[in-house]
Amino acid sequence: MTTTTPRAAHGSAATAAPAGAPRRRRRPTLAPYVLSAPAVLLYVAFLAVPIAYAVYLSFRGLRLTGGGAFGRRREVWVGADNYVAALTDPELGAGLLRLLVYGAIAVPLTLGLALLFALLLDMRGARLVRFSRTAIFLPYAVPGVIATLLWGFMYLPSTSPFSWVTRRLADVTIPFLDVPLLYPSLANIAIWGGVGFNMIILYTSLRGIPDEISESARLDGASEWQIALRIKVPLVGPALVLTGLFALIGTLQVYGEPATLKPMTSAISWTFVPLMKIYRDAFLRDDLPLAAASSVVLALGTLVVSIALLRLGQRRVFGEQS
Amino acid sequence: MTTTAPARGRTGAQGSAPPRLARHRTGRTGPTLVLALGALYCLVPVVWVVVASTKARSELFSTFTFAPGSGLLDNLRDLFAYGDGQYGLWVLNTALYAGVGALLSTLVSVMAGFALAKYRFAGQRVLLYAILAGVLLPGITLAIPQYLLLAELGLAGSHLSVLLPSVISPFGIYLSRVYALSAVPDETIEAARIDGARESRVFTSIALPMMLPGMVTVFMLQFVGIWNNFLLPFIMLSDQDRYPLTVGLYTLLSKGSGEPALYSIAIVGAALSIVPLVAMLLFLQRFWRLDLISGGLKG
Repeated sequence: MTTTTPRAAHGSAATAAPAGAPRRRRRPTLAPYVLSAPAVLLYVAFLAVPIAYAVYLSFRGLRLTGGGAFGRRREVWVGADNYVAALTDPELGAGLLRLLVYGAIAVPLTLGLALLFALLLDMRGARLVRFSRTAIFLPYAVPGVIATLLWGFMYLPSTSPFSWVTRRLADVTIPFLDVPLLYPSLANIAIWGGVGFNMIILYTSLRGIPDEISESARLDGASEWQIALRIKVPLVGPALVLTGLFALIGTLQVYGEPATLKPMTSAISWTFVPLMKIYRDAFLRDDLPLAAASSVVLALGTLVVSIALLRLGQRRVFGEQS
Repeated sequence: MTTTAPARGRTGAQGSAPPRLARHRTGRTGPTLVLALGALYCLVPVVWVVVASTKARSELFSTFTFAPGSGLLDNLRDLFAYGDGQYGLWVLNTALYAGVGALLSTLVSVMAGFALAKYRFAGQRVLLYAILAGVLLPGITLAIPQYLLLAELGLAGSHLSVLLPSVISPFGIYLSRVYALSAVPDETIEAARIDGARESRVFTSIALPMMLPGMVTVFMLQFVGIWNNFLLPFIMLSDQDRYPLTVGLYTLLSKGSGEPALYSIAIVGAALSIVPLVAMLLFLQRFWRLDLISGGLKG
């Protein structure tokens, strides 16, 4: 994948270049260096160096040296110890498993609903299009933490409107914040926040499909749903892959939502998701090397998953084109 | 099987009624209903928080949740009195981190994106690969390494420790490059050069105006991205006066579990904080070029 995306991108750079004047430029210029200097500096300072530092730290650790009563805890090289500790820690595995359950609900529903709404917006005959589009997009403006706060109150037995109704009807409250309902409750927050943005991306790429294609299918007697499923969905394949990638990366990075819900329920522990465990290791246990090793593992994991998804997506897209 | 059924439906539709009529009958109520349900789902929590913000403390847990209360003014007074006006500081901090951060980020992105798209230079390939790797790297896992580094430099805890890491956006640079490739014709640049324009003038007078719609998109994405990034300020900052709204409201809520009085403050604070952003989003929506993103995979 590190090879495919860049190759695709390079391909377009190459196609743009031959037509381009820059090649025929006579005098050498400093302009591109000046223009990209701020980005390069910031990239080095806030991406490259922190990553390198985290990798360095992940191989360090506090160990007793000197032995006996005079032994001191000093920072030394510990090889892969932190990685072994991180990977064999059952809490990290359990956190990943919870993430999997959460993601298995959140990602397909976010994408499925986004695609459904986008197709409906694009369909002839639907009413309320402008209103619905704006309303569904609205949660994008609400940050995850505040969205969690809103939904948290909608879940909390004492303020929940849903539980208010069920209490009146059957004298029960819905245990939104207890396992197993906790997972759909958490996923719902992500779905609520994510559907609109993905819908807009898919909708804009649906709008990019030439009208003639749908029109000719319509003349052949295809129904709006047939046009949507057989013609439009395959054509927005690349956008679907992209939105899937965003949703997946978002899932692996989930932190703010469970952390915000934590005060409301005892079902969320300090190690509920991997990032919460990393935070605890780094700041509550002062085990920075372990936290650094877990960060590296999580970042590499995300990278591998997104690369795999992009690969898969590209093959699918190319397969359909040929 | 899946192929025959629709085919039969097609001949039936053609035979019995004009296709247009059939289309109208099937295609109106269903889609509209589903869209309306989607809109309802998305609006309910927002309506709830606005209604709940009008409730006095005693009403919050007793009256029906969608019944407006009588305590809006008291709640607002409590909110702005909390911690000697910390809420106001949080608003200003958010404006600084997200507003100034997104503005700087857009500028940095558009400069680098334009350079990558329209020049050939040493190290270009490396830079492009680095940017692409950065797009896929989860930014949030960087928060802890960034903290470690800034702590070494003694910068952790300052406004800058949140602002500076937010300025670099590989995705913003990538989008700017895609936009520059499609929106700024090489002929225009060359014509300006032949007329004697210097490279700085080519950028400021030709590239920037032509890339404006792309810049609005990058700005909005980056604004929402920074405003959404909870972990970075949460890790970097310890002084409550420097918190952005998200971290501030989070601490309010975690304190509130022991002190339910803080719930009403958190609710009115949340309601108030989403109003300006929603307004801005609705206003800027028309300038968005989100096709950039969907086209990004191909470009």
